[in-house]
Amino acid sequence: MLVKTAPDIRYSEVTPKSAYLNRRRFLATVPLAGAAILTTRASAAAKLAAVKGPFSTDEKPTPFQGVASYNNFYEFGTGKDEPSKNAGKLKTSPWSIAVEGAVAKSKVFDLDAVMKMAPLEERIYRHRCVEAWSIVVPWIGFPLNALIKAAQPTAKAKFIAFQSLYDSQYMLSERAAGIALPYVEGLRMDEAMHPLALLCFGMYGEVLPNQDGAPVRLVVPWKYGFKSIKSIVKIRFVEKEPPTTWNLANSREYGFYSNVNPTVDHPRWSQASERRLGEFGKRKTLMFNGYGDQVASLYSGMDLRKNY
Amino acid sequence: MHWKRLLTRRWMNVPVFLLCLVPVLLLVRKYFRQDLGANPVEFITHAIGDWTLRFLAITLAVSPLRRLLGLPELIRFRRMLGLFAFFYGCLHFTTYLWLDKFFDFSEIAKDVWKRPFITAGFLGFIAMAPLALTSTAGWIRRLGGRRWQMLHRLIYVSAIAGVVHYYWLVKSDVRKPLLYATIVFLLLAERVVAKFRKSRVNLEVGHPKGLAAEIPHPSRNPALSPPPVDRG
Repeated sequence: MLVKTAPDIRYSEVTPKSAYLNRRRFLATVPLAGAAILTTRASAAAKLAAVKGPFSTDEKPTPFQGVASYNNFYEFGTGKDEPSKNAGKLKTSPWSIAVEGAVAKSKVFDLDAVMKMAPLEERIYRHRCVEAWSIVVPWIGFPLNALIKAAQPTAKAKFIAFQSLYDSQYMLSERAAGIALPYVEGLRMDEAMHPLALLCFGMYGEVLPNQDGAPVRLVVPWKYGFKSIKSIVKIRFVEKEPPTTWNLANSREYGFYSNVNPTVDHPRWSQASERRLGEFGKRKTLMFNGYGDQVASLYSGMDLRKNY
Repeated sequence: MHWKRLLTRRWMNVPVFLLCLVPVLLLVRKYFRQDLGANPVEFITHAIGDWTLRFLAITLAVSPLRRLLGLPELIRFRRMLGLFAFFYGCLHFTTYLWLDKFFDFSEIAKDVWKRPFITAGFLGFIAMAPLALTSTAGWIRRLGGRRWQMLHRLIYVSAIAGVVHYYWLVKSDVRKPLLYATIVFLLLAERVVAKFRKSRVNLEVGHPKGLAAEIPHPSRNPALSPPPVDRG
């Protein structure tokens, strides 16, 4: 006679993933518990192992809390504190990146496959926002050129266009955000191939918080922060300079290149100095955000006043 | 009505005064709780700027509310509210001078000249200064009611410049600046409507044109305070 014994825990009793994710989402919406969440979240987030990479600054990283609570991610709100409150709605798994355009073969890469393209490195970069504030962040990722090589671009590929996820169900409308969505960005091919340009999956030893562009973003440390597009779903190799979101919103204020440049002011404010989050005084902004030795040669012969 | 009589009490100035201080006290508390976010300087600058605009709007709302609610007694708070607008304006200007520019006056001069949103903010602030200076009964007497009243219309300039300052500052999401713009527009529009109505009534009943006859000259009653002018 067969005796059926019930397992200790039935599957029906296990909290389904969607439920516990919902629970986190619920917790994240309780404003008073906000501080507690940020600390528990920091330890609850998945760890991401990485080796020490090159180009790291020895400047003191901005506290995690600051980088994870002061964000420009207009899809989740235009206030600095809004993305950290609203980005819980972003579903980062499953995730894939469509690679298309001037490539040997268009392909949709699963995120896991992308993350295996090269060893993950930790790189501590300065990050300078066009709004004249800056942070220092230990990012985790690998050079974007590893993905480019895997994509096998053809000779026609002169630029790369990136596109963020956009879902009007839970993200701001274009009207409310005041910018065209989905968010798009672009780099010239030689910029994208530069070893400083990082395809980034984590920070502070963990996977990226949603508000910082999970699960995969770009980090281009010599350009203003808005070039470092978040939550990438599409990469397209193109022949002509692709449109970019802030340039579309206001071409007089935001150019395609948007290299950090203390000598070219934003029409409405000076770019000569910046406030490092956590510091009282202001610092002088460095040309190419201090990465001139590495990247200045990319722009030799170019008028950076015109190509702002 | 009881609550109307309440408004005429002298001591009512005290709770209103304390209420006007709440925003700055909340900021101080947030500071000590380290609750000002990752960029405290920006947080303080924006919060105080918001309150400057709000107090300008509240001050501008006094006259319409007196008319719409039939509560002329509200006039007793107008000067204090206006001075609080100036107080928050001073704090806002100070955050700019000190925390943003660190008293680099050549840099500030360039800023005011080159950057329209700074120019607008600066104009709005400067326009408030003579109003604060001449807010006393003595100055009303010295200037005479009508001239004083003309001068104090500068608050319209302040409020409009403040809204423009805010609108030009934001990067793309103009919803909040537009909300302030709408409020200021309505408060100014009410004045135009009220003036139009009044001049019609005056014509119909054959009142003498102009306001001089209606406004008691302050010198006749120097104790009158706040100013008796009711058309702000």
